[in-house]
Amino acid sequence: MATKLPKTDVVIVGVGWAGGIIASELTKDGLKVVGLEKGKSRKTEDYFMVHDELRYGVRYDLMQDLSKETVTFRSNEKMRALPMRQYGSFLIGDGLGGAGVHWNGQTYRFLPYDFEIRSKTIERYGKNKIPSDMTIQDWGITYDKLEPYYDKFEKMAGISGDENPLGGKRSSPYPTPPMTKSPAMVKFVNAATKMKLHPYMMPSANLSETYTNPDGISRAGCQYCGYCERFGCEYGAKADPVVTVIPVAKKTGNFEIRTHSQVRRILRSGNKVTGVMYTDVTTGKEYEQPADIVVLTGYVFNNVRLLLMSGIGKPYNPSTGAGVIGKNYAYQVIKGASVGFFENEQFNNFAGAGSLGVNLDDYNGDNFDHSDLKFIHGGSISLSQTGQRPILNNPVPGGTPTWGPDFKKNSLKYANRALSVGGQGSSMSFRHHFLDLDPTYKDAFGDPLMRLTFDFEEQDRELAKFLAGKCGEILKEMGANHVDSLKELGPYDIVTYQSTHNTGGAIMGTSPDISAVNSYSQMWDAENLFVVGASSFPQNAGYNPTGTVGALAYRAAEGILKYRTKGGLVE
Amino acid sequence: MDNNGEHKNPDKGNHDVQEPSRRKFLVNTGFALGGVVVGGALGGLLGRKSKEPAAPAPAPEAGKPAGPANYNRALMFLTPDQFAIVDAATERIFPKDDNGPGAKELGVAFFIDHQLAGDWGFNAREYMSPPYFKGEKVQGYQGHLKRREMYDIALQEMENYSQSQYQKGFVQLTGEQQDEILKAFEDNAVELGTISPSGFFRVLRSNTLEGVYSDPLYGGNANMDGWRMRNYPGNQMSYTSIIDKDFQTIAPSSLQDHMAAH
Repeated sequence: MATKLPKTDVVIVGVGWAGGIIASELTKDGLKVVGLEKGKSRKTEDYFMVHDELRYGVRYDLMQDLSKETVTFRSNEKMRALPMRQYGSFLIGDGLGGAGVHWNGQTYRFLPYDFEIRSKTIERYGKNKIPSDMTIQDWGITYDKLEPYYDKFEKMAGISGDENPLGGKRSSPYPTPPMTKSPAMVKFVNAATKMKLHPYMMPSANLSETYTNPDGISRAGCQYCGYCERFGCEYGAKADPVVTVIPVAKKTGNFEIRTHSQVRRILRSGNKVTGVMYTDVTTGKEYEQPADIVVLTGYVFNNVRLLLMSGIGKPYNPSTGAGVIGKNYAYQVIKGASVGFFENEQFNNFAGAGSLGVNLDDYNGDNFDHSDLKFIHGGSISLSQTGQRPILNNPVPGGTPTWGPDFKKNSLKYANRALSVGGQGSSMSFRHHFLDLDPTYKDAFGDPLMRLTFDFEEQDRELAKFLAGKCGEILKEMGANHVDSLKELGPYDIVTYQSTHNTGGAIMGTSPDISAVNSYSQMWDAENLFVVGASSFPQNAGYNPTGTVGALAYRAAEGILKYRTKGGLVE
Repeated sequence: MDNNGEHKNPDKGNHDVQEPSRRKFLVNTGFALGGVVVGGALGGLLGRKSKEPAAPAPAPEAGKPAGPANYNRALMFLTPDQFAIVDAATERIFPKDDNGPGAKELGVAFFIDHQLAGDWGFNAREYMSPPYFKGEKVQGYQGHLKRREMYDIALQEMENYSQSQYQKGFVQLTGEQQDEILKAFEDNAVELGTISPSGFFRVLRSNTLEGVYSDPLYGGNANMDGWRMRNYPGNQMSYTSIIDKDFQTIAPSSLQDHMAAH
């Protein structure tokens, strides 16, 4: 029997980027917020020994313990789903700050096209351009409407960058100047400019200089130490929830964080939710936390799994297309890359930062003509210098054996002579890509695991090949003596790391029959329940998702405050 | 001789590693007296040594009389026989050459031994709950064996396969013959009942690179020579002064140096 605790104004489930932003905005406005976080607490000082590729990069020290909870995966409905027993394709964050701790800090805004993809595609190419089983949707919000929230997120995090010449309109410039260009990046910019493309510095949450944000939080500039993705920042230079929004919320005295608290059910009564049930994982005791408003701010899988386990919203049925919870799971097509080998030049590949790089969007969104192409959308192309750590980065020219004397010789020779230009392809949603509860496998509490049904499609194969070709052309222009490009995209596998950009499952839209939440992330089926995060994306763009997650969180916070005063569905 | 003061000298350190002397170790520690044959485990070690001068020494630095010996170089999981196979196999994967030391000198087999003894060897942070079904390739590892069990089985199978092909144990083979065995595992040309030969080979190869390039605190990358060979500076506080500069060679530092810097 769960112990019933005193009621609070708001309970948030998961204290990462979305949870931290919402907590800071609501507590500043005077609401009492309880944050339930299933992992442990964290602070900058914990990263004393963070420059350890084996511990963090290879053995995943900051990630969720899969022995307690994982996902199951199958390529299609005919296959038996089996657990992801070891990490591979994507990494699930854990603890205070969540995935916001181990991200790279690449903070893009999606293109205006992304938010209206269905209408814009039909408008320009006709209905037949969209395959019948492709279930892409407009978001129910435009770029222009979301712009102020992007701006707010960028100012809070101190994003360093310069304007994307092919991006949407900005109400103000980036709060800090771009990062320092490395010689490899200069090469990329020169080559791309010569090719009449539009390179710009990657928008970065690794601060280019000391910065104080509108909440009064000051942070130091990035040291280019080369340990960002999969690592926490020992300098606090990389914006993460623990060094930005969480302290702001705490300072109000209105925010209580309970770590080691795994939320297992959302409780409901009629058309409203009444709170959550959680287990203190250190004692095994169950608690009921009543609240006026419940906000799900966990990673994609946690948000969707909690809705399904709690029976909130209509589960998606892939055979009829009815129902919305679990619908439109999407990912990223990140395999369209090329590697260039330079015989006579060496680069400081060991140095870098998670979002030190240059990018271009000439082949992203609808910035180029798709009439004769067998895919829609596209991807951003970039050269990034994140710090090539030696265990996981051993580029060798094609044909080199994978072990033995020649491997050793070439891997040493090219460690600082190889540059990679990569494409981050968008992932469109399809009728048969979805999330539901696994009928067989359970987590440590006996609750069903999330089941993923996903594979790459013809569209993805065409896109990856196309992007790899463009990346190769840039590398040749950069003077690479030899370029290796992806020739063919294989089936999606859960074994090789690709990208922690899982999206969808509780998507945003204009009406309850096609979406789970409105543009304020408010559930159609329970007005005092908000579901915030990349779970809202109806399909994924050709960018890293965090900037958009941040913008949606700021908008959700505004929606919650509106709901608090007026009630009903926020318009 | 007191080598206290020389311990941090990279070149000297390297030299220490290159001076394995089992005989000296045994003599110094009083185990071998005038060629007396001893039975049991120790006898086995002595016997192999006398027949096979190229056999690896599990404790190359242990013969040093005084000073800060590398106490990390002892076995936590592998048997001496298993250790010898791992030491020989990883050297084929990452061999000594003109660029510098191979897996053996870098201590890769010690690294692997230590990893197998800990969480990673027990798959402690991975989902190991039943039921187990054979999966598709895209679904990843679906076996119920822990890595330490997989190593136990695979090393025995490597030994059996060596015996069946060449009537010799793996460590007694020539380098080319060892390559043949490893290739047979890599290509699944060996039939094993319980584990995937190629799966094991992939793990062994990854572990080799981990042992070559992880921080020396884990027992491999001796003297940071793995990093030094590819101009990787290890653990530096900052690259702000060189990020916009052309290629720089920077002497590596380890987490231990970082500890002192904090």
